[in-house]
Amino acid sequence: MAGIVGYGAHLPRHRIKVEEIAKVWGQDAESYKKGLMLREKSVPPPDMDTITLAVEAARRALKRAVVVKPSEIGAVYVGSESHPYAVKPTGTTVAEALGATPDIHCADFEFACKAGSEAMFVALSHVASGYMKYALAIAADTSQGAPGDALEFSAAAGAGAFIMGMDNLIADCLFTHSYMTDTPDFWRREHQFYPQHGGRFTGEEAYFKHTKGASNAILKKSGMQPKDFAYAVFHQPNGKFPQRVALELGFTQEQINPGWLAPTLGNTYSGASPIGLTATLDVAKPGDMIFMCSYGSGAGSDAFIWKVTDRINQVRDLAVRTKKLLDENVMYVQYGTYAKFRHKIIKND
Amino acid sequence: MTMFSARNWREYPQRYRLEAVKFKKSGKTYFPPRQVDPETGDTEREMVVLPDTGKILTYTVIRTPGPMFKDLAPYALAIAELTDGTRLMAQVTDCDVDAIKIGMEVRLEFRRVQSEGASGVLSYGYKFVPKWY
Repeated sequence: MAGIVGYGAHLPRHRIKVEEIAKVWGQDAESYKKGLMLREKSVPPPDMDTITLAVEAARRALKRAVVVKPSEIGAVYVGSESHPYAVKPTGTTVAEALGATPDIHCADFEFACKAGSEAMFVALSHVASGYMKYALAIAADTSQGAPGDALEFSAAAGAGAFIMGMDNLIADCLFTHSYMTDTPDFWRREHQFYPQHGGRFTGEEAYFKHTKGASNAILKKSGMQPKDFAYAVFHQPNGKFPQRVALELGFTQEQINPGWLAPTLGNTYSGASPIGLTATLDVAKPGDMIFMCSYGSGAGSDAFIWKVTDRINQVRDLAVRTKKLLDENVMYVQYGTYAKFRHKIIKND
Repeated sequence: MTMFSARNWREYPQRYRLEAVKFKKSGKTYFPPRQVDPETGDTEREMVVLPDTGKILTYTVIRTPGPMFKDLAPYALAIAELTDGTRLMAQVTDCDVDAIKIGMEVRLEFRRVQSEGASGVLSYGYKFVPKWY
């Protein structure tokens, strides 16, 4: 059975608090903290981008994979909506940095916040078909939110990486299900700096419909119920949406807690549910079942059911844990520094 | 423009993967890699990958950088000795320059090193970050 051989995450150290953003735009920080359950978010410094986050997360995945040599990786797929180049692949730089070139297939995926889970889905399919021994799927973003827009309170950065294979697994993938429709809830046209969104339309008809659609379908397909899982991870555009969808589907707060990172990480877009999965694997026990459902605007969800194997105990501490990266040694920045870091200030050449 | 991207490309093995050379006779490691051991004239060598942690031996703080690094000011350039004894120079990032000390433990991380304006090629490589985990 196909599954995860190694996993890793990477996050920036810098953070900005919701109060700091609200202060600049005359908004009420408390309403974001209570309404969307967001307290702070990660901020990538100028020398960090989707490529550098992807490389560091992938190096940790390789450390945990132990048995995998970079030259044995048959594909590197990077899902992101913030690839540093419009034309020039992210995947080749990542593969080169890992020492996995030149006998390899690289592709960059895009699908709003679902690009990472689609890279995972394709990587799993390649190893399940026997077409290659290992495939690396990375979910990475340094997401953009327009100044003063509600998105600015959540748009964050981070990466999760997964080496898929058929042996030496730390988690088997038992089922997958994807659910998508054409729903215009969030988009960015070519040459535009920032995405636009449909405000409240991003909720019921977009996030909740697709997340529930994929979740209910995979539960039916597997014959399982929410109580059969130790943990559940959902796409997290803010703290509130994943909590609400989890509770409405019949999962509990305890089940989502390890992978529910948005309140202090923000929305890492393509990275959101994959990074949540890395934090969940960090605490999972052999035999635990993990439910995962991504969401990407435009719109669709990929759902996965993972079963953790005995090997998790041998590999989890071969690289730094995600929660440690999230909680420890953070550096808070003020809005001016944040605006400089995120290239929101117009300068002369 | 194209000259920069080609030069940058030639240095990928050391910049991306910390590939150094170790000479057979002296057992010495050189980074960036060399063709000939300057001490023995030996050319028999093997590729070795450097460890990713070390300690700062010395550093200097740049407060008035060139235009390419203006957004990073002030920043430090440090020479660190890695755990295998190899010394290399890199920028120190994710760290207040006043917090940098000689002897401070650092880790090498993959970062964007420079970019050729707003439309040119992006250059990646290693930088030091404080070793906190």
